[in-house]
Amino acid sequence: MVNAGKQLMVGLGVLLLSSVLAISCYAMDYPDEVEIDVLANLYEAVVFDHAMHVDLTEGCADCHHHTTGTPVLNEYCAKCHDGKEEMDWVSCQDCHSAGPVSAENLNNPKTDFIYHNDKPNLKAAYHLNCIGCHQEVGGPTGCEDCHAKTEAGDEFYRSGEFTPKKSADSSGH
Amino acid sequence: MGKITRRKFLAGSAAGGAALMLTPAQKALAAGSFEGFPEGMGVLVDLTRCVGCRTCEAACNVEQKLPEPALPFDDTSVFDEIKHGQKRRTTDKAYTIVNRYEPEGADPIYRKIQCNHCNEPACLTSCFVNAYKKTPEGAVIYNEKVCVGCRNCMIACPFHIPAYTYHSVLNPVIKKCIFCYDTRLKEGRPPACVESCPQQVMTFGKRNDLMKIAHDRIKKNPGKYVNHVYGEKEVGGTGWFYLSNVPFEEAGFDTDLPNKPIIDNVKDFLAIVPMVLTIWPALFTGFHLLATKGKSHGHGDDHSHDEQEGHGK
Ligand code: SF4
Ligand code: SF4
Ligand code: SF4
Repeated sequence: MVNAGKQLMVGLGVLLLSSVLAISCYAMDYPDEVEIDVLANLYEAVVFDHAMHVDLTEGCADCHHHTTGTPVLNEYCAKCHDGKEEMDWVSCQDCHSAGPVSAENLNNPKTDFIYHNDKPNLKAAYHLNCIGCHQEVGGPTGCEDCHAKTEAGDEFYRSGEFTPKKSADSSGH
Repeated sequence: MGKITRRKFLAGSAAGGAALMLTPAQKALAAGSFEGFPEGMGVLVDLTRCVGCRTCEAACNVEQKLPEPALPFDDTSVFDEIKHGQKRRTTDKAYTIVNRYEPEGADPIYRKIQCNHCNEPACLTSCFVNAYKKTPEGAVIYNEKVCVGCRNCMIACPFHIPAYTYHSVLNPVIKKCIFCYDTRLKEGRPPACVESCPQQVMTFGKRNDLMKIAHDRIKKNPGKYVNHVYGEKEVGGTGWFYLSNVPFEEAGFDTDLPNKPIIDNVKDFLAIVPMVLTIWPALFTGFHLLATKGKSHGHGDDHSHDEQEGHGK
């Protein structure tokens, strides 16, 4: 009995603490818009409405893992980053390499971070996070829902003005 | 002219025949040791991440300078294409394709198909002119100039990958994914399709390292994946291997493949016997094609056979 009561108290404490942390997150200075232009050759830059996503999500950790002072959601991250150890790195690019997934990256893992060995590169970090959540909540998931193709993009995908002309011998066997 | 070509071809095929008689150790060198090349590269393909955007198909088309596709690469109607009761397959004009599958009680799943760069490639062991090679970097490549278009490898490949240039009357050859060997892998760079993928469905690295990562992903995400890495053991192990959240057969994989290589001539020398049986019809096809070639074509082809003979000696 005493134990249950105590647990309840601790539970409430944690709840209170997390809402305080959540508030502190929302009190942080953050940009309302972020321009993402890593794919700028094939697509126009995406202007990401950060403010809207702050309103729509429960907390910063929904997207930023444990890096903003709000409680960690992923149980694997939580094994080390149990809420005490928030980080200064908030920008995705600070951890997720903007370069291509190179053999070198994989061959020289930073071994002091053994749990960081299978980290997606920046392009994948965005897409996995965004599309993963959009699939769950029914947000837009088509490529062009977020990205407007450039002419180079149309050429690459053979779309728009580069659409193949229909010929009798169109496809293989 | 035709006569000379034929004589030279016979010399070449005699050398090919001799290759079959090599000691198992020598043949093992040609086919790669059983473990494959320990430093060989591979690709871990995580089906749970694929959204079917077909960017990888477009990237392969550009990198390999393939002909214009029938439909734009952002056209998703291709997922409904069925030919001869089958979903799309790789062709001489598309070394990789993405198909959609609808597993029972789960969301649709997309699967990218290309050569799996087997540790012990059946295409290689079935080829009697030794057109194929497994490179130490892990790629299974082939020499178009040596290929006589017999299509043995098409039949041997357990994944139905090599495709045939039926449209080319003069020089029909085999075409398939080469792991971007010439333009990228040789320099340690990831293939074009891998690099283009927005979801990092594919992770490129040493096969051994990637295998650990694959098992780690299963362990760290309880309930997310089926507990199997497709290609770890299948047909002796493949360079490209797969993780899935649905049973592999529901994503179109052949789950009846043995763990032993398809033509296991490394450990079991006797296995060569049935291969010889399969070679004869192909040999005659080869003769026929070459005879036709000699008549309609001039020096270009002879040159390639000179080279081939040089290799044989
Ligand atoms: S998948 Fe087929 S073509 Fe590719 S290496 Fe294996 S046997 Fe050869
Ligand atoms: S590895 Fe290269 S050749 Fe093979 S499918 Fe990918 S882009 Fe095409
Ligand atoms: S590019 Fe990646 S996500 Fe898109 S279809 Fe290919 S493997 Fe799937």
